[in-house]
Amino acid sequence: MRRITLRHCIALCCCLFGLFSLSTHAAESVSLDPLLAELGEAKIKDMEPILVRIEAVSDETVLPLLRTLLNGNLYYIKAEKKVIGQFETNGETYYKDVFTDEINAGIDKRDVDKIRVNNNLRGYLRNAIARIQLTSKSPSVRENAVRELLSKLDGSTVAVLEGLYPNETNKKVKDAMGLALAMNTASQTELAASNRIAAIEKLSSSLENDVRNLLTTLTRDDNTAVVSAANIALEKIAQRANRFAFVDQLFFGLSLGSVLLLASIGLAITFGVMGVINMAHGEMIMLGAYTTYVVQMMMPNYIDYSIWVAIPAAFLVSGLMGVLIERLVICRLHGRPLETLLATFGISLILQQLVRTIFSPLNRQVSTPSWMSGSWEINPVLSLTLNRLYILAFALLVFIVLVIVLKKTPLGLNVRAVSQNRNMAKAMGVKTNWVDAMTFGLGSGIAGIAGVALSQLTNVGPNLGQAYIIDSFMVVVFGGVGNLLGTLVAAFTLGIATKFLEPTTGAVLAAILVLVFIILFIQKRPKGLFPQKGRAAE
Amino acid sequence: MTRLTAWFSEGRSTGKHTLPFVVILLSVTILASAANLFLPVDSIFYVSTYTITLLGKYLCYAMLALAVDIIWGYCGILSLGHGAFFALGGYAMGMYLMRQIGDRGVYGNPLLPDFMVFLDWKELPWFWLGMDQFWFAMLMAVVVPGFLAFVFGWLAFRSRVTGVYLSIMTQALTYALLLAFFRNEMGFGGNNGLTDFKEILGFNLQADSTRVALFLITAILLAVIFVVSQKILSSRLGKVVLAIRDSESRSRFIGYRTDRYKVWLFVYSAVIAGIAGALYVPQVGIINPGEFSPINSIEMVIWVAVGGRGTLIGAVIGALLVNYAKTRFTAIMPDAWLFALGAMFVLVTLYLPKGLMGLYGQLKAKRNTVMNKESQA
Repeated sequence: MRRITLRHCIALCCCLFGLFSLSTHAAESVSLDPLLAELGEAKIKDMEPILVRIEAVSDETVLPLLRTLLNGNLYYIKAEKKVIGQFETNGETYYKDVFTDEINAGIDKRDVDKIRVNNNLRGYLRNAIARIQLTSKSPSVRENAVRELLSKLDGSTVAVLEGLYPNETNKKVKDAMGLALAMNTASQTELAASNRIAAIEKLSSSLENDVRNLLTTLTRDDNTAVVSAANIALEKIAQRANRFAFVDQLFFGLSLGSVLLLASIGLAITFGVMGVINMAHGEMIMLGAYTTYVVQMMMPNYIDYSIWVAIPAAFLVSGLMGVLIERLVICRLHGRPLETLLATFGISLILQQLVRTIFSPLNRQVSTPSWMSGSWEINPVLSLTLNRLYILAFALLVFIVLVIVLKKTPLGLNVRAVSQNRNMAKAMGVKTNWVDAMTFGLGSGIAGIAGVALSQLTNVGPNLGQAYIIDSFMVVVFGGVGNLLGTLVAAFTLGIATKFLEPTTGAVLAAILVLVFIILFIQKRPKGLFPQKGRAAE
Repeated sequence: MTRLTAWFSEGRSTGKHTLPFVVILLSVTILASAANLFLPVDSIFYVSTYTITLLGKYLCYAMLALAVDIIWGYCGILSLGHGAFFALGGYAMGMYLMRQIGDRGVYGNPLLPDFMVFLDWKELPWFWLGMDQFWFAMLMAVVVPGFLAFVFGWLAFRSRVTGVYLSIMTQALTYALLLAFFRNEMGFGGNNGLTDFKEILGFNLQADSTRVALFLITAILLAVIFVVSQKILSSRLGKVVLAIRDSESRSRFIGYRTDRYKVWLFVYSAVIAGIAGALYVPQVGIINPGEFSPINSIEMVIWVAVGGRGTLIGAVIGALLVNYAKTRFTAIMPDAWLFALGAMFVLVTLYLPKGLMGLYGQLKAKRNTVMNKESQA
């Protein structure tokens, strides 16, 4: 269930209630107001019966009142015989009606008395809130209410659930209610062992934390049959949870792999296809990330759409910078790779310092569009964050587009021709200088797009690029220079390997082990996973 | 005397700077030391201890530049990981100095350095054993970088990893070490590194005389290494190394085991870097994982590039000049230094491929062509 849809549902419900509240509240207040006055006057020990009566005569509209009371923010105005909520923002206290949210400015601290609650009442209030939610019109509200109840089942809530269970139509809500009832059955020591064991077996298909806690307590039960059933159920749950933990780890591995892919895919073109070693590649990523930041600064009211502007903008900024670097520096160092390395390293220093001078050395916060935040909760132990999911998809999309550009467009044809045999391509009329500049611009532009994606995951600072440069070179070298598919495989292999090493070794040691592995791998297979064959391989 | 001159100048053109270099280096260091120790503080010729330490630091850098130049300028191996060997040598010296603190640390533990007490360690890790002996620590300062270089070089050169691949591998090596030494569990002081040193061989590290002595030792060792390297590079072995730089496959076809030459030269260079690191630490008083950072290693390359690779004297001049500029720049305009450094990388590679030492040759060649044209006209 996605949090967004849930939030939308709640918003929708609120709107509906808002429409109703004018009429219903007016009708209700006739019956509620005396009760509320009574509540305000009552001593703590007399409050529970009053609350029972309030619950009996009202529906969901009373929830704000109960919540305010639960938080200890409900106050009683003696003179008017009315209750009011006390709220606080930025250290300023103010009072507002709990039903209509109207701020009542004329009330002073001295006019009101706090309505005190104790732990006993708080427990009652929580259950009452859940009971009221259980009869809500929205299935998701009902389901959440059931799940909240799991940890604090008692006689009254179970009775409510038992009453509601047969008439519930939504499957999810019904399952959750069945779970709650099974939990109740399992924990009743006075029931027959066979019933309890059947309930425990039913529980073994759930991954809820509360279920696991209950089963753990049941392993200390007096009845040996129940104990063994609980142990079996726990083991079954543990197995399932492990499977999902594996999926979770795999997802994080894929996510890291997609980041590595994005960071190195531009390098796969400049270094892999063109053979130009560009140490300023990381700074192209950084420029992309800063472009995202600037675009957001320019359209602060449209953060959700800014990313669609940022992607082409980052491509242009980094791409143009790439063309500039190629024309001014790299084309003069043709065929001298070590000198190119040094010169581009100098450029990376200049770009870093330039960003430090313009934007300050501090990290900049890039906000995530609302449609990218949140997570996709598959079950209680597995939830995938949406931004990582989008970035994974985006990385694959960029990769596919790039492959198409290289294989199907005239530019791609020229790029491949020049990289395979520069002189022959020149003789055939290919403008090699122009192709070099365009290829380099393409690789740098893609690095800029990677920067847009990375700005959603990490802090945007002048050192952003440095953090990725060594990793991206490792990916390209590991995958095999001049082979885009190799880069894809290498990025995901390294990402998954790192994430699966992390639990046993810790993050830093995992990074070190992967580096050492690549160093050793390159000794064994200097041309990477997928070496180039034929004439292109020197 | 003439025999001595002849010995120094052996190897013709490449060795012609050796004698003047050694003479100038030693006379300047001796004069500066004397000016610090024997002149009154208000004399205009007085050299402050700060300057002495700074000069000592520069000489360590010069030694490091020699190490980089020996393999890059003479053998064409661009190592972007020489900072690792330098830092390993530095850590060996740092461990010795740490053990010398004894019970004068903050926690007063006679055996364990402060950071281990802080981490609640009960006994000294095995790799710290013996580090209280000066000779053993110095042996480690040479053996550990040398061994690492041997293993890495043996693996890399045997499987013929060359060019930019090798450069990136060396960079990954120093990056991996950087990450490792940042970890507290490694037992090297983590983020803070090793510092708060008190004395070396019983001499107080803060005393002027100790500083001057360290400076003099650095200068003498630099001179010795310079002469020895010059000898090695102008010998038969040096000729093979040059041949490998200019055409590795041709040298291999002639019958030389090029990988072995490269490995041993790499180890020699790493050992020099280790010595430079060991001399550096007592003078600056700290060693931390920052020394492993890839940017440090790449800065060393630019010293050599500025001075002129392929000439030992060029490496020394480059290291001194760039570091002097760095000291001045970071004091006046700290922000501008990285701009200047970046510009130096670009401009030197574009316009001064042979560095300052090559500039003279470039100018002469230009004047010759101009004169030739004039005489033709």
